[in-house]
Amino acid sequence: MNAIEVRGLTKSYGKQVVLDSIDLDVAEGTVLALLGPNGAGKTTAIHILSTLISADSGQVLVGGHDVARDPNAVRGLIGLTGQVSAVDGQFTGEENLRLMADLEHLGKQQGRRRVRELLERFDLVDAADKPAMTYSGGMRRRLDLAMTLVGEPRIIFLDEPTTGLDPRSRRVMWDIVRDLVADGVTILLTTQYLEEADRLANRIALLDHGRVVALGTPAELKRLVPGGSVRLEFGDTEQLERAASVIGDGAVRDDDALSLEVPSDGSVHNLRRLIERLDSSAVEVEGLSVQAADLDDVFLSLTGSTSREHVEQEVPAR
Amino acid sequence: MTAYAISDSSTMLRRSLRRMRRYPSLTFFTAALPVVLLLVFVYVFGGTMGAGLGGPSIGANGRDAYLAYLVPGILLLTIVGAATGTAISVAMDMTAGIVARFRTMSIARGSVLAGHIVGSIIQISLAIALVLVVAVVIGYRPGGGPASWIAAAGLLVLTAIATSSLSVALGLATDSVETASNTPMILTLLLFLSSAFVPTASMPDPLRWFAEHQPFTPIVETLRALLAGTPVGDNGVVAVTWCVVISVAGYLWARRLYERVPVRVGA
Repeated sequence: MNAIEVRGLTKSYGKQVVLDSIDLDVAEGTVLALLGPNGAGKTTAIHILSTLISADSGQVLVGGHDVARDPNAVRGLIGLTGQVSAVDGQFTGEENLRLMADLEHLGKQQGRRRVRELLERFDLVDAADKPAMTYSGGMRRRLDLAMTLVGEPRIIFLDEPTTGLDPRSRRVMWDIVRDLVADGVTILLTTQYLEEADRLANRIALLDHGRVVALGTPAELKRLVPGGSVRLEFGDTEQLERAASVIGDGAVRDDDALSLEVPSDGSVHNLRRLIERLDSSAVEVEGLSVQAADLDDVFLSLTGSTSREHVEQEVPAR
Repeated sequence: MTAYAISDSSTMLRRSLRRMRRYPSLTFFTAALPVVLLLVFVYVFGGTMGAGLGGPSIGANGRDAYLAYLVPGILLLTIVGAATGTAISVAMDMTAGIVARFRTMSIARGSVLAGHIVGSIIQISLAIALVLVVAVVIGYRPGGGPASWIAAAGLLVLTAIATSSLSVALGLATDSVETASNTPMILTLLLFLSSAFVPTASMPDPLRWFAEHQPFTPIVETLRALLAGTPVGDNGVVAVTWCVVISVAGYLWARRLYERVPVRVGA
């Protein structure tokens, strides 16, 4: 069963189309990463799915409930950790969690137990009595997610959960996400980091200019672009010239670095043939390295480099 | 809307009150400005102002007469001044991500606003008590009896509900905390253009017409009559009507804005 089903989701602000007929399915207990450059529409999608803003058209079912017709039923199932920290900086970590427990109507005993449990799980016990505004970025983000988890949501939206975090905090967040998935929680996260999508997501939807330009498992996406390449380095321009003429079209030549990048699937067979061809023409190769395809290649070839210039816009929802 | 409207609202109110307890300076400053103005008006302007009040009740000491005249106006100034604080704290709340979180939770929709409004009313009540203590210390003695004092307190609370609802809406309507701190100034200005500090009879005709038809004049006149123990007349009904209309309109406006307020992504 799908925890999230999106059909023909469209949203524009004035003439600017932010989401252009998006279709998505997220199976229960899996992670879908919405990957895309700034301004691709990731945050807008999350905001619509979490009932914060309404769509222009299309159907969105979250946990089987229509977000437009029954937003309250959806709200009972979901948790959102947005890009903007949703903790109250003037209150302590514990007070923030207690506030959530009260709003989830957990009752005194159960609420207290749940708050304790989350403080321990998110390594916030020592900071529990300090105002959240004194927290570091990583602590704040952990508190933020802990608050989202007070009500034990079955479907969680994470909008760029690790943006701005140091590598260690990022890993802690990743572990938390993995634990949640192990408990059967469904997660839809957005990220600009290919590595993050690669590591966490069962499936990735690549979003660009409001459209899903690719959808599949990380491995499937990597297969979408012509494999990896072999990078050849030469001692002088003459050798580079000769190699370029032997290999012909398809190679990318860099005169400054005296290098040649040749498309290759990285197989031994393919490499041997390449070296044989170079040998038979007496080309001297100084260095050789094999580069496998990664999501970077997919990202860059499918989203177009110009879109990186776009700045994520503040959403004028009036 | 949900079965938890009361409990959610009281959770939000506890949040407002906890903030108030943690930052008592906010309540203190809400009371401090009216107290300063009370002292300035009484001791700097009081002698002259009292002489200008006219009427048989003015004896040898104009200053005491003006103090009696002024206190209801200062109490309203306290309420109006608190509106700024409320608008700012609402605007700050909206800029912070926590309200976006509230809106994705299954909680009573009006509870966030109710928490702000009721919190503001409690803060105003504390500030008014402080102002009254100072007024009594410098010689203010209200007339009338307990019944009319209770009626006066009721009117103050009604007025506080009206300005709090309105200032929550103003806080939501602005797109920055800076603007939120300015818009409620209109209320303060409106109060100065009423009979709060001087009788409307002393104003030029157009201004006088305006002063007599705006909400604060009937409110301040009713309050003054209740605190002096004199007949309230028609002003009472007009004052209560204004309060109810502003409260309802302010709350409905706030609810509407709350549903539509933009999600601030980059804040």
